[in-house]
Amino acid sequence: MSLLDYFRSSKSKTASIAKERLQILLAHERYYRNKPSYLPQLQEELLEVIRKYVNVDQDAISVKFEQDENQETLELNIVLPESQNSKSPLEI
Amino acid sequence: MARIIVVTSGKGGVGKTTTSAAIAMGLAKRGHKTAVIDFDVGLRNLDLIMGCERRVVYDFINVINGEANLNQALIRDKNCNLLYILPASQTRDKDALSIEGVGRVLEELAKDFKYIVCDSPAGIEKGAYLAMYYADDAFVVTNPEVSSVRDSDRMLGILASKSRRAELGMEPIKEFLLLTRYDPNRVESGEMLSLEDVQEILSLHLLGIIPESKSVLTASNAGIPVILDEKSDAGMAYADVVARYLGEKRPHRFIESKKGFLRKLFGGK
Ligand SMILES: Nc1ncnc2c1ncn2[C@@H]1O[C@H](COP(=O)(O)OP(=O)(O)OP(=O)(O)O)[C@@H](O)[C@H]1O
Ligand SMILES: [Mg+2]
Repeated sequence: MSLLDYFRSSKSKTASIAKERLQILLAHERYYRNKPSYLPQLQEELLEVIRKYVNVDQDAISVKFEQDENQETLELNIVLPESQNSKSPLEI
Repeated sequence: MARIIVVTSGKGGVGKTTTSAAIAMGLAKRGHKTAVIDFDVGLRNLDLIMGCERRVVYDFINVINGEANLNQALIRDKNCNLLYILPASQTRDKDALSIEGVGRVLEELAKDFKYIVCDSPAGIEKGAYLAMYYADDAFVVTNPEVSSVRDSDRMLGILASKSRRAELGMEPIKEFLLLTRYDPNRVESGEMLSLEDVQEILSLHLLGIIPESKSVLTASNAGIPVILDEKSDAGMAYADVVARYLGEKRPHRFIESKKGFLRKLFGGK
C-alpha cells in the first residue's frame, strides 16, 4: 500500500453510502410516481381489514396500479400463509 | 424554429441562474439570437448575475398583463448584442404568472429568437412548473450530493409527465445533465458522489461537468456571466457545454483530481 493509498483510505468514504441510499430511495419513489397518491394508504387499510380474518405479513399484500389509454386498473394480490388451506393467491 | 430550454433542478442553490446566464451568453456569442427569462418571480436574481439590474424598467409580469410590450421589457446585454434579458418581477408573487400568459410571451419571442432560456426557480411549484411547461430541452442542474440528485430525479418525473409535450403526446423533452460544483479532489477521496455514481442513478445525456470554482463568485460580483472569463475552469467548462449542445464533440474536462494528475505524472496507476 502506497502512502497515498493510506491517506485515501483513512478518510471516510461516505460517497458509496450516499449512492446506495439514493438507489434504494429512488427505486421506491419512481415506483409510486404518477400513481394515485392514495395507494400507500389504501394498501395499509386493506392490510388491516385482511388481518381481521387472516394473519398475513406486511409484505404479503401488493397493490399494482396500471394505466393505459382507455382504463386504469388496480390489481390486488394477497398471498395467504402456508398453514391456511388455500395456498394459491387470493385475487380480488 | 426557436428552441426553448429550461434550466431546472428542483433543489435550490445548485447553480441554475449561474448556468442560465452562462449558456445564454454562450449561445449568443456563437451567433444565435437568444433571450433569457427569469422565472423566479419575487426573487429575481438573473439581472444581477447578468449585470443589468439598474436597467430594469418593465418585467415579465408587466408584459403578461399587457402593461408593457415585449420590446420595452427586454434588456439588450451590454457585452453581446444578440442577447436579451427578460427580468422577473420583484414585487409580485408567482401567482401573477399564468400558463396562457407565459405561452403568449414565449410564442411572441419565438418569432424573433433562436433560443429562449428559462431560468427556473427552485421547488416544484407553480414557478418551476411554468418554466418547464413549454420547454423543448431541459438542462437538469445537479450537484453531486444526495438531496440534489433526488430532487433532479423528481424533476425528471415532472418533465416526463406534466410538460406540454407530455400532455400533447409529442416527442418528449430532451433531458441533459449538467453536474455542477464538482470537486474532483473530494470525489477522489470518496467524500463526494462521482460522475459515474450520478450517471448510474440518473442515466441522462451528460452535457458537462462544471467544477467548483472561485471564478463563479468573482463573475457574479462583477455582474458578468462566468463564461466570459475564458481563462477560468468554470468558464471553459460552460463553453464546452454550449459547444456540445450545438452538436460539437468535446472531451469532458475538469474531472480529474490534482492528486490523480500527479499520480499519472509519476507513473502511478
Ligand atoms: N461551479 C460553481 N462553483 C462555485 N460556486 C458556484 C458554482 N455554481 C454556483 N455557485 C454558487 O452557488 C450559489 C447559488 O448559485 P445560483 O444562484 O446560480 O443557484 P440557483 O440554482 O439559481 O439558486 P436558486 O434555486 O436560489 O435560484 C451562488 O452563490 C453561486 O455563486
Ligand atoms: Mg436562481
